Amino acid sequence: MTVSGWLTIFIFVGVLTALAIPMGSYLAAVYSGERTFLDPIMRVPERFAYRIMRVDPTREQNWKQYAKSLIIFSLVGWLLIYFILRTQGLWSFTGLNPMGFHSMPANVTFNTASSFLTNTNWQFYGGETTMSYFSQMAGLAVQNYASAAVGIVVAVALIRGIAGRTGSSLGNFYQDVVRTILWVLLPLSFVISLVLVSQGSIQNFSHYLNFHGIQHIAQTIAMGPVASQEAIKMLGTNGGGFFNVNSAHPFENPTGFTNFFEMLVVLLIPAALVFAYGKMVGARRQGYAIYGTMMVMFLGAVIVCYIAEAHGSPAQHAAGLHTAVTAGSTGGNLEGKEQRFGIAGSAIFNVVTTVTSCGAVNSALESFTGIGGAVPFANLSASEVIFGGVGTGLYSILLYVLLAVFIGGLMVGRTPEYLGKKIGAREIKLVSLGILITPLSALFCTALATASSAGRASIDTAVAGGGPQAFSETFYAYLSQANNNGSAFAGYTGFIQPNAGNLGSHGINFADFLGGGAMLFARYAPILFALAVAGSLAGKRVSPAGLGTMRTDNGTFVVLLIGVIVLVGALTFFPAMLLGPIVQGLTGHLY
Amino acid sequence: MRKDILTSAIGMLVLTLVCGLAYPLLVTGISQVAFHGNANGQQVFVDGKLVGSKIIGQAFTDAKGNPLPRYFQSRPSGTDPADNDAGTEFENYGPNSVITEKAIAANIKQYIALNGKYYPGGLNASKVPVDAADTSASGVDPDISVLNADIQAYRIEAVRHLPAATVHGLISKYTSGRGLGFSGEPGVDVLELNLALNRLRTNQ
Repeated sequence: MTVSGWLTIFIFVGVLTALAIPMGSYLAAVYSGERTFLDPIMRVPERFAYRIMRVDPTREQNWKQYAKSLIIFSLVGWLLIYFILRTQGLWSFTGLNPMGFHSMPANVTFNTASSFLTNTNWQFYGGETTMSYFSQMAGLAVQNYASAAVGIVVAVALIRGIAGRTGSSLGNFYQDVVRTILWVLLPLSFVISLVLVSQGSIQNFSHYLNFHGIQHIAQTIAMGPVASQEAIKMLGTNGGGFFNVNSAHPFENPTGFTNFFEMLVVLLIPAALVFAYGKMVGARRQGYAIYGTMMVMFLGAVIVCYIAEAHGSPAQHAAGLHTAVTAGSTGGNLEGKEQRFGIAGSAIFNVVTTVTSCGAVNSALESFTGIGGAVPFANLSASEVIFGGVGTGLYSILLYVLLAVFIGGLMVGRTPEYLGKKIGAREIKLVSLGILITPLSALFCTALATASSAGRASIDTAVAGGGPQAFSETFYAYLSQANNNGSAFAGYTGFIQPNAGNLGSHGINFADFLGGGAMLFARYAPILFALAVAGSLAGKRVSPAGLGTMRTDNGTFVVLLIGVIVLVGALTFFPAMLLGPIVQGLTGHLY
Repeated sequence: MRKDILTSAIGMLVLTLVCGLAYPLLVTGISQVAFHGNANGQQVFVDGKLVGSKIIGQAFTDAKGNPLPRYFQSRPSGTDPADNDAGTEFENYGPNSVITEKAIAANIKQYIALNGKYYPGGLNASKVPVDAADTSASGVDPDISVLNADIQAYRIEAVRHLPAATVHGLISKYTSGRGLGFSGEPGVDVLELNLALNRLRTNQ
């Protein structure tokens, strides 16, 4: 461990908080229809969008109408991306397929389309050998925008339900999506992509570079519109890499500075939404309590992961390597990590992207030490509530808040209420279902994939070896897909591709369809439950806080909330985690 | 229902035109003008011929994959062939795997075989820097650690008959520090360093 490593952690937390507070006020203004500095630029395109989409933004929707619009919008999106990816070879006339790539097989396309639609960005394919520039831009990046917007608007709808004083309305789905794109995602992505290019990310439509190096060996360097893709990939907590190695690639993440910058970009909106929440419900301290909860869990994860990775791995020690910090070398488990990020930059990055639904990686998770690798597992087991994906993080933790209020209410023997609204049996049923669906999907799929030979066909025994690593690979694959995260213990495969450009390639039905199904189910079912909770709360009368009201904005509640999150996660996942990463972390034994 | 389908379909198409095409085209246009070198991958030319990108690692080996002693060597790569940027991939070596141990041991052995006889007092496994024994993430890591460069410098000085001060001067010249002074680790750019060595030879 190094001083600069610890400095990075604490400076990151400080800068993030300093950026998230004003950003939260901005988001609150955007979704409350107040004036912002972008209004003069965006009002005209906004009105134009409503006109051609035939949307009446003044028409308010109840939760069922809001959900219906959301589902249909997503379904249309799925069809469009599936179509674009399956017809990849036909779009060469645009000039945006310079390498002449063909389409992926249908089963892999099903998985990929579902993956990008659900903000997961799980990738069985490698970008530079599979996707044309057209597919990356018009297919994948569009869903990066759309899926991020859908996540954010569900959170906004739930906020309105909790804050609601005016009946059953949750706002207008299409208006919220349009405003999210124009006021938040598009302008920020634009600025971020230019910052990335200024630091060394590439942005072009060239053919790949073919040349002979100074030692006269033929080489190829992949090209493409990387920075524009990278910006929305991080901002929307999508995480689908332009290249196969994602943010480890020097063109996606060229320097130590961009590594720091990209981490900030990932957490900016999830952190800001928490402050926006406090402002929109008229009780800023509620937002601070949730932010505190998230930050405590985040810091715990970062610190454990950093210490574990700095210690080095059993395989390194068995080979005789010295893994302490020495002059001129960072030491630690540098297997599957880049020199320019070092141990701290890799550990923090991967915690940032696994607490959120981002799932981008700048190093190989599969090569993390047992305990270092157990951290992403634990982050996913917390079901995306430690900041979480854009929007998904906030609506997920609000479900946990309601559960904690309910449990707290039982403990003190009073009718549970949150911000003056009574939490009844109906709400708690919906909350419980919303919370349990993701873990159940993950465990069900893992069990199925471990127990069947069709599932075990995806395990990369050549590098993982047998034993716990093989189980970790499978477990992580379905945990990541069910949580819509998208990071991977990348040995797990669902796509066999002998040549670049997809000729002669084929998918693995079991992994492609089971994973794709899990992503869709574990995305949309919790959304429906969150919207149903919002609808249920929206119409409730507000009773004034009295002496006996349990406070939800102080340290005691933060402790209770962390307890509930950890308890649910541990009870659900601990047995499975014991079989994989924890066994590896507790032993120096090699398999 | 029908109205929702129509609205969604039009919305998706507009989104594709704006975020899928106009946005990347605009960013490309501005980048190509404002940051032309970066946007095209910081290409490096020698005698007018492209020899690589400053920020993409290369293998400095002969056609059979044996390291060339007169060049600083990049980190171990998990791509096939090594340092193949057209198909980057993680090696995915597990932390408790025998396969990992063997791979690391092989890298150590090769590093010692290449540098041991030039290094004062000789090298053993515990003196090999982790970045020289562990596979990089991208497979095209452009950098090595300062310690790794310092150890290889003894070999370069001997093979190329150069004074230590010259080689170490070049190492510091092509070392990039931490981002903002704290983020990440210093790294020595191997391609730039090797090109600078070649320029020395032609100038002499």
